[in-house]
Amino acid sequence: MYQPPSWFHELWAARSAFSAGLLTTVQCSALAILCGTVLGVCAGLVLTYGRWWGRWPFRIYVDLVRGTPVFVLVLACFYMAPALGWPITAFAAGSLGLSLFCASHVAEIVRGALQAIPRGQLEAGKAIGLTFRQSLAYVLLPQALRQVLPTWVNAATEIVKASTLLSVIGVAELLLSTQQVIARNFMTLQFYLFAGVLFFLINYAIALLGRAIEKRVALL
Amino acid sequence: MTPNVTDTSQPLLSIEGLHKAYGTTEVLKGVDLTLQRGNVLTLIGSSGSGKTTLLRCVNLLEDFQQGRIVLEGQSIGYHEQAGRRVRHPEKVVAAHRGMTGMAFQQFNLFPHLSALENVTLGLRKVKKLPRDQAVALAETWLDRVGLLARKHHCPGQLSGGQQQRVAIARAIAMSPSLMLFDEPTSALDPELVGEVLAVIKGLAEEGMSMLLVTHEMRFAYDVSDQIVFMNQGRIEEKGAPKELFDHPASTRLKDFLKNIRF
Repeated sequence: MYQPPSWFHELWAARSAFSAGLLTTVQCSALAILCGTVLGVCAGLVLTYGRWWGRWPFRIYVDLVRGTPVFVLVLACFYMAPALGWPITAFAAGSLGLSLFCASHVAEIVRGALQAIPRGQLEAGKAIGLTFRQSLAYVLLPQALRQVLPTWVNAATEIVKASTLLSVIGVAELLLSTQQVIARNFMTLQFYLFAGVLFFLINYAIALLGRAIEKRVALL
Repeated sequence: MTPNVTDTSQPLLSIEGLHKAYGTTEVLKGVDLTLQRGNVLTLIGSSGSGKTTLLRCVNLLEDFQQGRIVLEGQSIGYHEQAGRRVRHPEKVVAAHRGMTGMAFQQFNLFPHLSALENVTLGLRKVKKLPRDQAVALAETWLDRVGLLARKHHCPGQLSGGQQQRVAIARAIAMSPSLMLFDEPTSALDPELVGEVLAVIKGLAEEGMSMLLVTHEMRFAYDVSDQIVFMNQGRIEEKGAPKELFDHPASTRLKDFLKNIRF
């Protein structure tokens, strides 16, 4: 009598597809979170302390990106970059879209955190003779970091989740890999559940990292 | 730029024709003031009279539209260039601010740093002292304000009075030529006022030059060489504490003193 192969057997058979998909998801998410955070911190600084001519391009950028679905942003990067004469891979286009999305959120988080610092802190820095850059480095940013961390963890996990949208432009990240595996063995529930667990583990790791940093920099 | 030029013939600080406006609201309407080295000058007056603004102009936490502030022979904030008034570049402004120390009403200690780190930050980043020297100097001053035992405490673990004493140590450790006190005891519980005033008085007795804004009239009377009464952005009356308090000339000062408890 025919015995259908067990779930473990199918999982083992699909191990390379899963690990490649997981790796792609982690890569594009990490890239987007990293670039988005760097760009977002810069944008947040300009939004908080810049003059109007520095602020308004970033203001427009942040409002535009935050008001657009990530999906649209990813598609826009995928189709518009080649149309504008910049041939990029689907992976690069998707990561760019996620980075832009992440940056707009981080920019607002950073601006909010910096504006929540009492004005007296910058004044105290000035009063002992610190330049603005020094005040920023030693007084303002360390305090903003504590405000930013919990919300930043939130933004980072959003990016991991949004990375599933890259499946639509043909990037074989975890979700698309899962779908391809399911197309072969029809174990729909089991493998979607498995993919869900992997996504959860990635985000739980980010949350743990955030908590660890929070604990290290906590104010007494 | 040498902040510590000692020229005793000149006043330490001179302010001439200082005008300051927020938009169309004039808050300082031509203030003239001189402070000799080693003296304590106290600004009194009702709220909104411009005394805190005047203090904050001296270290350029507020900019001003007209007039000159000269500290240690150096023009603060602005210089003339081809007949136009130009703001000093940021580096010069920062260096000038380093010549004064300031204690704020709200202390403004850095909450993420310990008491010791609050004091060493300026020593290390502005004065560029090596770590061990900065720590030694900071410990000397924390000891002076009676808080050496609390050096590893964060501001949140200190009382208001203790925070203000750390803030004073942070300012004075930079060896400023002039200390600015902006209502240093106004945010404190009454029983904590004394410990802060004692520290300030100790510094005054050692010859620290000070510009002080306070509502503690008894203290102002004791510690000041000169008292300036401000009203609506102008200096209404000035003089030695005894003559000013005992024989006020203007009716405004009389009214002001009537409402003050000693």
